[in-house]
Amino acid sequence: MDSGFAGAGLDPRPRLSRDAAMLGGMALLLAAVAALWMFQGLGQGNRSFLLGLRGAKLAALVTVAVAGGVSTILFQTVAANRVLTPSIMGFDALYVLLQSGLVVALGGAGFVGLPPAAKFTAEVAAMTALAALLFGTLLLKGARDLPKMILTGVILGVLFRSVSGFLGRVLDPNEFAVVQSVSFASFNRVDVTLLPWAVAATALAVAAAWRMSAILDVLALGRDPAVSLGLRHRAAVLAVLTLVAVLVSVSTALVGPVAFFGLILAGLAHGLMRTSRHALLLPAAGLSGAILLVGGQWLFERLLSQAATLSVVVEFAGGLFFLFLLLKGRIR
Amino acid sequence: MIQIDGVSHRIGGAPILHDISTRLPQGKLTALIGPNGAGKSTLLRLVGRLEPLQAGRITVAGHDVATTPTDRLARVMAILGQQTAIASRLRLSELVAFGRWPHHKGRPGSVDRAKVTEALDAFALTPLAGRFLDEVSGGQAQRAHIAMAVAQDTDWLLLDEPLNNLDMAHARALMRRLRAMVDGGRSVGMVVHEINYAAAWADHVIAMKNGRVVAQGPAGSVLTEDLLSDLYDTPIQIGEHRGRPLVLHHC
Ligand SMILES: Nc1ncnc2c1ncn2[C@@H]1O[C@H](COP(=O)(O)OP(=O)(O)OP(=O)(O)O)[C@@H](O)[C@H]1O
Ligand SMILES: [Mg+2]
Repeated sequence: MDSGFAGAGLDPRPRLSRDAAMLGGMALLLAAVAALWMFQGLGQGNRSFLLGLRGAKLAALVTVAVAGGVSTILFQTVAANRVLTPSIMGFDALYVLLQSGLVVALGGAGFVGLPPAAKFTAEVAAMTALAALLFGTLLLKGARDLPKMILTGVILGVLFRSVSGFLGRVLDPNEFAVVQSVSFASFNRVDVTLLPWAVAATALAVAAAWRMSAILDVLALGRDPAVSLGLRHRAAVLAVLTLVAVLVSVSTALVGPVAFFGLILAGLAHGLMRTSRHALLLPAAGLSGAILLVGGQWLFERLLSQAATLSVVVEFAGGLFFLFLLLKGRIR
Repeated sequence: MIQIDGVSHRIGGAPILHDISTRLPQGKLTALIGPNGAGKSTLLRLVGRLEPLQAGRITVAGHDVATTPTDRLARVMAILGQQTAIASRLRLSELVAFGRWPHHKGRPGSVDRAKVTEALDAFALTPLAGRFLDEVSGGQAQRAHIAMAVAQDTDWLLLDEPLNNLDMAHARALMRRLRAMVDGGRSVGMVVHEINYAAAWADHVIAMKNGRVVAQGPAGSVLTEDLLSDLYDTPIQIGEHRGRPLVLHHC
């Protein structure tokens, strides 16, 4: 796990403990924010009902945050740059398209009537296969040309969204409403029936990513160095894209597509950790996401009574950060 | 020995290498020379399995590069390509430490740490070990990349233009180091543009032009006035210095 450190005259420990302390501090902050979320303004009556409700939402927010942060770090590692995110490349648009396709195939009532767990599992499986195929081809077929990658991603995203939109148009208004409800982000509306499945899928994918962290470090060097160090590059890229697809599906299924959220988290993780080691970057991205989302939702829902606004603010900030990265030329 | 048999290569339909058969002898320092675009990098990348082989067969110390598991190959040969851009933000010590990955797969031991310390030291990088790659000069970064390949500690070391960006002193130090490795039983293959480094240090020379091998053999027999003048399409004179050929091409 210690692959990054040479121990050559310079002692790695101070840096390691600094980053570890940072992670510890973030975990404490998250615990504090979560406690605030759970117990603030809890009246006398019906406490257990309210706690249950808040607990479910807390779990959903943390799941979405961790999925967003980890999937972005993973994707940026295989794409070898700090600007692309799964959303920018059209991952979540693909998921929305898949759902719209299902609504068309089954009818709005049929779609809503499907057992959520089975539907969710099938969607995640289909999404994973499609994403690995599509983005695997794109990344492995010598797309080392970053502007071309961004353009392709944007075009794919627009394509997926317009096909979803077109499907929406040919539907009757009721079915269209079903499509609409899945195509816009809202941290306020969380599909609680999916929660256990989403939490389980996220936990599995994150655990797998964590176990791969030493391989991710090598992958991040770029293709040539990774191959010369003996990494099975193709297999590793496909494995990582599979994890990304699972995580994006989960997050999109819970709250809808969020374009720039992951970008903020990856930026924060790289800024806060003084290392490129994924064993530290992955938790940093997940923790900062959870703190932001839970804290933000608490602020907007309880203090400002503007529950729906958080997603807009997050997207706005993320969009600004994206522009900042592009303008600063921090494109790698 | 690296044996190359009937290797042809196309990029996007354009033929780059034409039916190349040659070998890099075991326990020798082999220089690959030739004009820009001759196909040296392409051939080296094929040997180092950085590009998939399209036609022909290449073995490195008996391992067929097309069929041997890539992690096995990483313990037989280290290859440093001509383009060395690294995407992640790394300290020099971290970069060099990656050279040990084929041996420990993420769990470095004391041997690994010792090899990294040794490689940093050998390339005068110890004072810079804590700096980030984008905070050092081009030559210092190049030395760190070479140190990483050396830390990999393989029987074969393949380097594409390792002298790039190195000043005279560091270029000579590198050649001396490679020479010592070869004398200790390792084998080195390197692309060289500065022909006098080949003249002074190489045992074996392979000359390429237009995707073909035009000459190969002991350095003394390949580095002749006629052959080099033809190879580079420019008149070249050869003198002698301390018993080795000295190529005069700057005037
Ligand atoms: N990606 C590519 N697409 C098209 N042609 C290429 C590509 N890469 C290399 N070539 C061509 O293949 C030929 C051989 O290139 P190669 O890089 O092997 O040359 P080289 O001998 O290493 O040259 P140099 O001394 O300049 O490094 C050149 O004519 C080059 O233009
Ligand atoms: Mg070259």
